[in-house]
Amino acid sequence: MAGTAVLGRVTWRTAKIVGLRDETATARTLTLSVDDWPGHVAGQHVDVRLTASDGYSAVRSYSIASAPSSDGRIELTVERLSNGEVSPYLTQQVIVGDQLEVRGPIGRWFVWDPEQAGPVQLVAGGSGIVPLMAMIRWRAAANSTAPFRLLYSVRQPSTVFYHDELRALSSQGNSVDDTYVYTRVTPKDWPRPPGRIDAELISRATWPADLRPSVYVCGPTSLVEHTTELLIATGQDRQKIRTERFGATGERR
Amino acid sequence: MNGSLNYLDGNAAAGALNRMFSFDITAAQGQCAHCGATRHFAEAHLYMNCPGIVARCAGCGHVLLRLVNAGGRMLLDLRGMNCLALNASEFENSGA
Repeated sequence: MAGTAVLGRVTWRTAKIVGLRDETATARTLTLSVDDWPGHVAGQHVDVRLTASDGYSAVRSYSIASAPSSDGRIELTVERLSNGEVSPYLTQQVIVGDQLEVRGPIGRWFVWDPEQAGPVQLVAGGSGIVPLMAMIRWRAAANSTAPFRLLYSVRQPSTVFYHDELRALSSQGNSVDDTYVYTRVTPKDWPRPPGRIDAELISRATWPADLRPSVYVCGPTSLVEHTTELLIATGQDRQKIRTERFGATGERR
Repeated sequence: MNGSLNYLDGNAAAGALNRMFSFDITAAQGQCAHCGATRHFAEAHLYMNCPGIVARCAGCGHVLLRLVNAGGRMLLDLRGMNCLALNASEFENSGA
């Protein structure tokens, strides 16, 4: 894959915050300019390390939201967790010009590349949309015609990440076909009552098994387990399903 | 959170394990020493709410790997994996 060197030992690099953008009331996108960034593939993550003045340090994993590019920049979207140690700092305290340390890109399994032309089924729960958005953005940037469907489960309309961009990408020709699921509060006049992904929705809004789609599921562990079982029950090949789990708190570590 | 779902996946350990291996371990395939199943390491169930990292086979639940920082020494226990296999091309690209 061009521009994505397979590194040996992944080292910590200095990253400068060059942009901040709120996605929802609790989530913020950080644009980082990373020293000697080797490039990434959609679906990968980085570890972020913060070190306090007393030497205490904390490491967390965050998925890369941006498509691969050659400008040495990556975007991370971070959801603020009320009991979190790192996410409140990243979503409320940092300012443009601050520096962090990042290690990555990490992961060679939960990845999609435009050279894969076959149909792709994406399933996101909450902030699990982030690595899938990198795939959607790369598909658009590379003018890929791989058929994409997205099933995106959120608590309520105000918690959708990348709302306008997803709407724009789903309303043009050769588009991503997206379906939203609301687990707590739906938009007004929404036909489906609040509830999690179920078998009916899987059969209606995901690619049929006979198309043998590549399936990527990312979200809280419970959603990943539940959805994977439903997909396999419809005949999807377990070997074609790739999953990435977030912890109960949404923070991987 | 109930205990049975209190795990992540092998991806979450890759940053730490990549300090020990010269390649990204997520796409490598490991064979469980207990049930014999071979899966990508990214598919392993990962438990991080403990003093270190424990990776368990997604099929049978047996421990594949433990990584612990014990008083300044990093201990990697690999007794649960018979074999770790990866594409030779990735190995060469890694400079190893």
